[in-house]
Amino acid sequence: MKTFRTMLFMPGNNPGMLASAGNLGADSVILDLEDAVAPGEKDAARILVRRTLTDLRPENVTCVVRINGLDTPYWRDDLAAAVTGGTDVILLPKCEHPDMLREIADFIGTSSRNGGAIKIMALVESALGIENASAIASFGGPLIGMLLGAEDLTAGMGAKRTPEGDEIAYARGRMLMACKAAGIAAVDTPFPFVTDMEGLAKDAAYAAQLGFSGKALISPHHVHAVKTAFMPTAEQIAWASRVIETAEAAERDGKGAVSLDGMMIDLPIIKRAKSVLQMAE
Amino acid sequence: MNHKFLPDVATALREAGLADNMTLSFHHHMRNGDYVANMVLEAAAQLGVKGLTIAMSSLFPVHEAMIPHIKSGVIAAIDTDYMSGPLAAAISRGVLEKPVMFRSHGGRPRAIGEGSLKIDIAVVAAPCVDAYGNINGVQGPSACGSLGYILPDVEHAAKVVAVTDFVSDEALRHISIPHNRVDHVVCVDRIGDPTGIVSGSISMTRDPLALAIARNAQAVIRASGLLRDGFNYQTGAGGASLAASTFLRDDMRKLGLKGGFLLGGITKYMVEMIEEGLFESIFDVQCFDLSSVRSIRDNAAHQEISADTYANPKQKSCCVDFLDAVLLGASEVDLEFNVNVLTDSNGVIIGGSGGHNDAAAGADLTIIVAPLVRARLPIVVERCTTITTPGKDVDVLVTEQGIAVNPRRTDLIDRLKAAGLPVCTIEELREKALRITGKPRPMEKGDRVVGLVEYRDGTIVDKVYAV
Repeated sequence: MKTFRTMLFMPGNNPGMLASAGNLGADSVILDLEDAVAPGEKDAARILVRRTLTDLRPENVTCVVRINGLDTPYWRDDLAAAVTGGTDVILLPKCEHPDMLREIADFIGTSSRNGGAIKIMALVESALGIENASAIASFGGPLIGMLLGAEDLTAGMGAKRTPEGDEIAYARGRMLMACKAAGIAAVDTPFPFVTDMEGLAKDAAYAAQLGFSGKALISPHHVHAVKTAFMPTAEQIAWASRVIETAEAAERDGKGAVSLDGMMIDLPIIKRAKSVLQMAE
Repeated sequence: MNHKFLPDVATALREAGLADNMTLSFHHHMRNGDYVANMVLEAAAQLGVKGLTIAMSSLFPVHEAMIPHIKSGVIAAIDTDYMSGPLAAAISRGVLEKPVMFRSHGGRPRAIGEGSLKIDIAVVAAPCVDAYGNINGVQGPSACGSLGYILPDVEHAAKVVAVTDFVSDEALRHISIPHNRVDHVVCVDRIGDPTGIVSGSISMTRDPLALAIARNAQAVIRASGLLRDGFNYQTGAGGASLAASTFLRDDMRKLGLKGGFLLGGITKYMVEMIEEGLFESIFDVQCFDLSSVRSIRDNAAHQEISADTYANPKQKSCCVDFLDAVLLGASEVDLEFNVNVLTDSNGVIIGGSGGHNDAAAGADLTIIVAPLVRARLPIVVERCTTITTPGKDVDVLVTEQGIAVNPRRTDLIDRLKAAGLPVCTIEELREKALRITGKPRPMEKGDRVVGLVEYRDGTIVDKVYAV
């Protein structure tokens, strides 16, 4: 799903940037009320984010609001603003346990008639969150994906963050597998070295190869490279189109199993071909 | 001692026969670092002449020093292609009785050639002169590269005075202006401030919106079908235009293409492209940075051209007519695709056509790049405050929020849509902008005309009013 391919963080208190939210090429924008906003500006940011959702909503871009953590006094007001603004997705930071998802799902349910349409993503950024990845991923209902937050995670681990990312290999693998098992999206951590475009391209290509659904971004300059990394190649697109054509023809002709280039075309292959074409849109 | 060399500017002006009501011409390669125009006018004022017409290819903030000469009657008229800064603001307020004649970079040599702009004395800010009076722009402490904009003046003026701060001991090999066109030479301490002449390096924008616009613009070029071997291209040095040229470079590498020429104001990004072999040559009327100054001196594929060759519509041929695509800016674009690059939304003079309407007329694909909203105002307006480039010469408006194609280019609309680009109508772009900004109250024009806008062919297409 394209929503997850490039998810760009934007400070919730910067009107100029929020006005451009739809024009930076990202598939989703994460309007941030948490780390990007100083405590004294939380209320102003809330108003601005709600107004962005209602009056300046970017076209063809999924809107995500990152609220403050459940351990802060802000999250209820954040959630209320995001829900009344009509956000597509709520991103819950510091998620360590499915109970935390329950709490915000209930809040959304009671604070909005339309709450059912609002989805949730879990931002996992602690050792406990990673270890509980399966329990969190299988929450079900409105949970559509998990996002890895490697900065807080490595800080908590006492590990040094590197462009190569060896220190987060386990966390990536564990979260990814939990998401795959639960059938939800797994979104890779942002690449924090803003000007290292070569490192970014490598990191994004690696995440795409592992099977991540996409990557979060902290700079608009990263959008293009990450999109390219997650974009299927021309050969893959051609292959996927032929798979779908062959499968459709087989169905029309009432044939069961068919093969293409000596390869059996079965359901997993068709599913993969469809997802390739979807990514290529 | 060579009789050409005179001790000071006043003597040179006297020798050249300076008198009341004459036309003095200047060029703008020194840009905002120019000392020469101010120096010459100061000398003219001291000689007591009045009623001069100043024909200068462009005027910059440094030329604020002309305001007192206007007030005292030394300057009675101005003829230019572009003006910005305090002088422009003063003209907008009506400091000069006679309307300024705004031409294009191609219209100016046309007017000079046909005699409608008759030059009595052309003044060359000459970075390097030899003992014969040969001139080039590529040597000396004030090297600015091409001298293209003064070459038509030198050809047609009654007298030519060169002001220099560097006399070469050796006879010049690289000659832009031959000695037989130069009547007098004056040596002064400095002809300009190098930091204002050209910026040491023009840096690539990191503004994500400018990059989004640039990416869209290059996508339009790609989809237009014009990108092929021999592709000729011009772009400005503005944020989005410059960024678009790097996307063009990437495309050309990927597609293995070799372009024809790059044109216009030249930056290091263009120099890198010919050095890499992505284009055959650069035709240069003006250098924008020190890399291009070095390149025009050292690389035979980087050629100096005159404003005549660049854009004069009455020449037997000119470079802009061979352009496949050009990227240009705008302060306003209206619903008929007319473009304003002369005044801001308050009607104050902030620029001028320069090569805008020349390149737009010549190129097969004219792309205007601009943000949809600038300083709280929509870029798309119902009617431009001042029209500098007519909509008939404009094909596409590229903003970060969508791409509007001139409806007469149905072929292009089909191509861009087929390539999946976000094509919409210009009315839709305006609506989109108005949803953000609200409808601005219309500006009230003054009654007095302070400027006439001449299209490159000599037709007056608009007037500029006092504010």
